[in-house]
Amino acid sequence: MNWLAAHRHDRRAPLLLLLTALLLTGGVYALLVPAPAVAASTASSAEVDSGMKLFTANCATCHGTGATGTAAAPSLVGVGAAAVDFQVGTGRMPAQMSGPQVEAKPVQFDQDQIAALAAYVASLGPGPSIPTGDQVDPAQGDPATGMALFRTNCAQCHNAVGAGGSLSQGKFAPSLWQTTPTHLYEAMLTGPQSMPVFNQATLTSQEKRDIIAFVSEQGGTQPGGLSLGSIGPVSEGLWAWVVGLGLLLGAAVWIGAKSS
Amino acid sequence: MTSPAAATADFLDQRTGLGAAVKEFARKVFPDHWSFLLGEIALYSFVTLLISGTFLTMFFVPSMTEVTYSGPWASLQGTRMSEAFASTLRLSFEVRGGLLMRQVHHWAALIFMASIITHMMRVFFTGAFRKPRELNWVVGFTLLILGLAAGFSGYSLPDDVLSGNGLRISDGVLRAVPIIGSYGSYFLFGGEFPGEALIPRLFTVHILLVPGLILALVGLHLFMVVLAKHTQYPGSGRTDRNVVGFPLFPIYVAKAGGFFFIVFGVIALMAATMQINPVWNYGPYDPSPVSAGSQPDWYMLFLDGALRLMPGGVEVVIANFTVPLNVLIPAMVVPGILFTALAAYPFIEAYATGDKREHHVLDRPRNRPFRTAFGVSLLVAFFVLVLAGSNDLIATHFHLSINDITWVLRFALFIAPAAAFMVTKRMCLALQRRDREIVLHGHEHGTIVRFESGEYIEVHQPLNEHERWIRVQHEPIRPLQVAPAEDSRGVRRKGYAADLRRARLSRLFYADRVEPVTPAELAASHSHGTHDELPPAPSGQELVAGGRRSLVADDRAPGDGH
Repeated sequence: MNWLAAHRHDRRAPLLLLLTALLLTGGVYALLVPAPAVAASTASSAEVDSGMKLFTANCATCHGTGATGTAAAPSLVGVGAAAVDFQVGTGRMPAQMSGPQVEAKPVQFDQDQIAALAAYVASLGPGPSIPTGDQVDPAQGDPATGMALFRTNCAQCHNAVGAGGSLSQGKFAPSLWQTTPTHLYEAMLTGPQSMPVFNQATLTSQEKRDIIAFVSEQGGTQPGGLSLGSIGPVSEGLWAWVVGLGLLLGAAVWIGAKSS
Repeated sequence: MTSPAAATADFLDQRTGLGAAVKEFARKVFPDHWSFLLGEIALYSFVTLLISGTFLTMFFVPSMTEVTYSGPWASLQGTRMSEAFASTLRLSFEVRGGLLMRQVHHWAALIFMASIITHMMRVFFTGAFRKPRELNWVVGFTLLILGLAAGFSGYSLPDDVLSGNGLRISDGVLRAVPIIGSYGSYFLFGGEFPGEALIPRLFTVHILLVPGLILALVGLHLFMVVLAKHTQYPGSGRTDRNVVGFPLFPIYVAKAGGFFFIVFGVIALMAATMQINPVWNYGPYDPSPVSAGSQPDWYMLFLDGALRLMPGGVEVVIANFTVPLNVLIPAMVVPGILFTALAAYPFIEAYATGDKREHHVLDRPRNRPFRTAFGVSLLVAFFVLVLAGSNDLIATHFHLSINDITWVLRFALFIAPAAAFMVTKRMCLALQRRDREIVLHGHEHGTIVRFESGEYIEVHQPLNEHERWIRVQHEPIRPLQVAPAEDSRGVRRKGYAADLRRARLSRLFYADRVEPVTPAELAASHSHGTHDELPPAPSGQELVAGGRRSLVADDRAPGDGH
């Protein structure tokens, strides 16, 4: 204690204190930080090579050789296999044209080619990997929890049952009814385009699976007849006028024509 | 031998004197036209609402007490919700026929409002609101407002996310009122929004107060129709002093009775095949979530549209009180203008026309260009607001930018009604000119005849008397003119400025006009065979019947609107 009292005004003391604080912060961070997503190391080097060839032929124009990005498109180092599987697997990439957002279209590559591209991009830097079948299995999720989570996290853009909705400047949140569970999971994990990233801290794997369980039940037959697109009162009002008033006005004209 | 039916009728007649009333009523004559059935659609859909609504009250629990759901709908298992929402789910999934009844009720509500608007359009465009029916127009207008109140209060009862968002908007509008706003909100919701008092309160409003008022006013509305007799379309033999049609019994009893079943049938058909308001998709209300595509039912959509169009940030702070014009203008001023214009129109038109006579023969819309154009421009403004309320769905379905749609509609709200007014007015005048043309020259026949001299003419077929009467029966209406400001002794006249204003309004209504062919013109066209030297229409100072003596009709020649 006496030693501390004698030396605390030493001119080297602030430096020492700063070093200690830095070491302590770094140490605590290293202990607490979630383990970084690591690319699945199952990819063979042959797959990575063929992925690189495909990338050079189809993607490098915009994303640059080595996927380091250009003015036209972002760097793909560290986006992980999940992002590639989503973007290429839903046909969004390679992009057809520039516009408010890159839209889904018929898929341009077969499953092996997509896997090769994903392996190549994953080899460039660690990023989220493609989820396993178990992780996206709707049967293992709870649709009730999923609906509650969907309501607070997704419905703002994708509509209450995932029918899709509008965003600003011509962008839109697409309908989720045709999206596969794997692509749903990857979208939440990587946040494509305008979508935010829902990482493990926001939505755990189980919660993502619950959401998938809810979404995969939507878009089919609904109780009460034709769902009219599940987009709410506007389509109901439109059909009330077209079908309801249409039929009733027809009947009125028919009755009115019946004697005079 | 008397049949049991006759015996019963006799029993009632001896005690109530019902026979005379039935006899009188059964022989009452009503004119026949399909457009007179539009109001009946509203009446029958209201009856359908009462029947299905009674069923729903048997099972709906108007309470905001929180319960945990454990019914058959898997996606809501274990979710905390209000009893109101839970009982709506029970109605939908567990009560036999409950979902059908809910859908009948909701579709009937949409049809009810749509038929009210359609009926109102018929009354407006044919001038059926003129004396002696102005008061009945006001009764009908009140029914429209009550219909909106009934719809909105019922829409909010299930306590789902979608209707809760609607309530939150109403709460916001209420709070926007300076000074009393927040007090009003606390008063309405029994504390901080959403509170626990609102659903029971709305229930009373929805099943007792508003339907009771609607029922009473529907009775008054029909009574006033009987009292003033029904209007009729112009035609040979129809005047302001008679009613040409069929007796109530048996013709209209059969027609109207049958039409009830058609209306009920169409609503039931829709309810059985088309889903409406699937509250299980929206989930129980909680103030935090708002889903994409949140809109009110179509009849409230124009208010939502006005809110969506209004640029934000138009707030004025006066002595620590924020006056949020960005809410007040779209939610109060815009509907205020639309509704005031609608309610007051009969009185404004009567003032501008200077006409105090009774009218029982309807106008053909083309013969009142200003009124028709005004009605169309109101409808266009309403439609622009409805489109604005659907802007996000237009954006997704037509791949447009929601920002562009909003900007286009902001301008359209001002430009489209004005353009519609001008186009409609011009169309009316053109149709009137076409009427004149046909009356004077007859129908084009398509047959070309060559005379011996080599001249070609097209044969025109003259109109028969009925065709001609339809086109010439209406009176020309001319703008009111102002008597001089000073009387013969040079004394300034009282009320001159008011007369001046009234004459200006009258000119706005009637300066552009095409007058119907007069007998003199017709005779001239028939005798000369050429129409270049028509005598001018009779003109001169005419006192307006029943009007102020100081206002006299314009003496301009017909067709000045050319």
